[in-house]
Amino acid sequence: MFEHIMVPVDLAHVGRLDRALKCAADIAKLYGSRVTYVAVTANTPGSVAHTPEEFAAKLDAFAKEEGAARGIATGAHAVTSHDPTIDLDPTLLKAVSDTGADLVVMASHIPNLTDYIWPSNGGTIAGHAKVSVLVVR
Amino acid sequence: MADTSNDQGIPNPEGASELIDTQYEIGQDNIETQVGPFGLDIHNPVFLISGLSIVAFVFYALALPEQAESIFGALRPWLTSNFDWFFLGAGNIFVIFCLFLIISPYGKIRLGGAEATPDYSYPGWFAMLFAAGMGIGLMFYGVSEPMSHFSTSLGGISEEGGVRTDWAPLGAAAGDQAASVSLGMAATIYHWGLHPWGMYAVVALALALFTYNKGLPLTIRSAFYPIFGERVWGWTGHIIDILAVFATLFGLATSLGYGATQANAGLNLLFGLPVGTTSEVLLITGITAIALVSVVRGLDGGVKVLSEINMGLAFLLLIFVLIVGPTAALLALFWDSIVSYFANLVPLSIPFGREDANYSQGWTAFYWAWWISWSPFVGMFIARVSRGRTVREFIICVLLIPTFVCVLWMSVFGGTAITQFINDGVTAVKDAPLELKLFEMLAELPLAGITSFIGIILVVVFFVTSSDSGSLVIDTITAGGKVDAPVPQRVFWCIFEGAVAIALLIGGGLASLQAMVISTGLPFTLVLLLMCWSIWRGLKAERKHH
Repeated sequence: MFEHIMVPVDLAHVGRLDRALKCAADIAKLYGSRVTYVAVTANTPGSVAHTPEEFAAKLDAFAKEEGAARGIATGAHAVTSHDPTIDLDPTLLKAVSDTGADLVVMASHIPNLTDYIWPSNGGTIAGHAKVSVLVVR
Repeated sequence: MADTSNDQGIPNPEGASELIDTQYEIGQDNIETQVGPFGLDIHNPVFLISGLSIVAFVFYALALPEQAESIFGALRPWLTSNFDWFFLGAGNIFVIFCLFLIISPYGKIRLGGAEATPDYSYPGWFAMLFAAGMGIGLMFYGVSEPMSHFSTSLGGISEEGGVRTDWAPLGAAAGDQAASVSLGMAATIYHWGLHPWGMYAVVALALALFTYNKGLPLTIRSAFYPIFGERVWGWTGHIIDILAVFATLFGLATSLGYGATQANAGLNLLFGLPVGTTSEVLLITGITAIALVSVVRGLDGGVKVLSEINMGLAFLLLIFVLIVGPTAALLALFWDSIVSYFANLVPLSIPFGREDANYSQGWTAFYWAWWISWSPFVGMFIARVSRGRTVREFIICVLLIPTFVCVLWMSVFGGTAITQFINDGVTAVKDAPLELKLFEMLAELPLAGITSFIGIILVVVFFVTSSDSGSLVIDTITAGGKVDAPVPQRVFWCIFEGAVAIALLIGGGLASLQAMVISTGLPFTLVLLLMCWSIWRGLKAERKHH
C-alpha cells in the first residue's frame, strides 16, 4: 500500500516524537515500506550541530539507529534552510516530492488558540501535501 | 609569535574539523516554555534582563524627562568632544584592517568552510545589507549633508578668541565655489564611505567567522571567545549581549520615532496630512505592521523581498534624477567627488590636532559613535546572510561597493541640489528643514508629484527593512544564538520596538534616549577593536588548518 514513508523529525526534541516514530515503523513493517527521516536545519550552529554537515551526519546516525532498533529499512534526508522557523512547511513539502514518499507520518501538538494564527506544521502539511499524511497527536 | 593557541582560547583545528572545542552547547541556558498558547525558547537571563531594562529606561525617561534629558543630553557631546581622537583613530584602524585583509593571504578563507557555497546571490545579498544598514540615512542626508558642507566651506573660517566658530571641514574654501563643492562632497563621503562600512564589516566578519567556521552560536559574545575563553558563556557574555540588544532596540525605536516625524512632514507637504502626534503614531503603527508581516514571512519571503524591491526603487529614482537633472555636470561631479574624497581622506581622518573641531567633533565623532552603536545590529544581520563568501569577497562587497554606491548617491542627490543653488539661485533646499530637503530638491525637477511619492515610499520601506532585520537580530541574540526560535518571539520584539517608539514619542524622551544610544558607541568602539584582534586570531588558526 505504501512503499516509502517520510517522517519529519526534530533532532532537538526526539523525546516528543516517540509515538510518531513507532507508528511509522509499524506501518513500514506491515507494508514492507522504507522510511526516510527528514530534518531541517539553519546554516548557523544550533543545539543539535555546529554545521549543516554535522547535522546531516547526526541525522544519518539517527536513521541507522532507528532502523536497527525497529527492524526496518531507513534513510535520511537533511535540508538546510535560511529561516527554518518560517520556511519549515514549504521545505517539508518540497522534501515530500524530493524523497518521492507516498506517506508522511508526523508528530504534532494538540491544536490550541495559536493554531488559528499559525497553523501547526502537521496541519499545514496535511492540508497541502499531494500524498497521504498521518498526523500523530 | 609563539603558539599560544590554547591559552588564547582558540584551539588549533584538528583533523577535518575547524570547530572550536567548547563545553558549551547552544541552547543549554535556554528556557523552553509555554506561556498561554505561545511556545517560547529564550536565553536565560539575556532575554529577561534586556526586556526589563528597556522597560525601566523608558519609564525613567517618561517619569523624569528633564533629568533624563540633562544627563544623556550632556553625555553625548561630552563624549564626542573628549573622545573624538578615540573614535577617529579607531575608525581608521577598522578601514586599514579591512583593506589589509583583502590583500592578505587570509582573504582566501571561506566563511562556512572551504566547501561552502554562497547562501544568496549578489543582488539579494547586497540589497539586504544595504537596506538594513544605510538606506534610511541616504534618504535623509543624501541631499542635506553635501549642501551643509558646501555652504560652510563656502562661508570660510570665522574665529572668536582664537577658537573657530564655523562648521567648515578642514581649512574651508572661502568664496571659491568649485573648491567648496569638492571639499563639501569629500567631507560628506568621508562619513558615508569606507569608515562606516569598515565598522560594519569588522562586526560582521567577526560574527560570521566565529559562527560559520568555529561553530559558536550567532550572538555578539561569540566573537570574544579568543579573549575570554569559556567565560563568554557566563556573565561576561551576558553583559555583551544585553548591551547589544539594548543599543539595537533603542537605536531602532528612536530612529522610528524620529522617522515618523520626518515622514509626517513629507506627507504633509505632499498630501496635506496634518502634522501631529496622531499622524505620527499612525505612521509608526503602519511601519511596525508592515515589518511584522515581513518578519512573519521570514528572511527569504519577507526581509529579502522588501530589501530588493526598495533597492530597485531607489536605483530607479537615482537614474531618474541623474537623467532629468544636469546629467553631464553630475557625472563630472561623481568623478570629481571620488578624486576629492581620496585627496582629502588623510587630512579628514587625522585624529589629533584638528583645527576644525566643530566639524571633526560635531560631525565626524558624532557619526562614528552613531555608526558604531548600530554596528552590532547591522553587523550581525550581514553575518547572517554572508555564509559561503570568501573573506576577500566579503570585504570587497561590504566595504568597497557600498562606498562606491554612496559616492554615486551623494553626487547625484547632493550634486543636483548644489547645482540648483549655484546655477539657478534656488535656495528652497538650503532653507528647508532636514526632513523636507529631498522633496524640495525633487520639486525642482519634472514629475515632482510622482518622484516625491516614490521618495515617501522609500523612506517608509527603508524603515521597515531596518525594523524587520533588527527584530530578527534581537530575537536571535535573546534566544542564545538560535535562529529557529518560535515565531511569537520575533513578533514580540517587532511590536515591542514600535511600542517603545510610540511611548517615547507621546511622552517625550526620544532625544534623551537617542543620545544615550549614541553614547553606547564608546564602549562598542572598544568592543570593535577587540573584535579585530579576535578576527586575526581566528583567521590565523583557520589558515593553519587549510
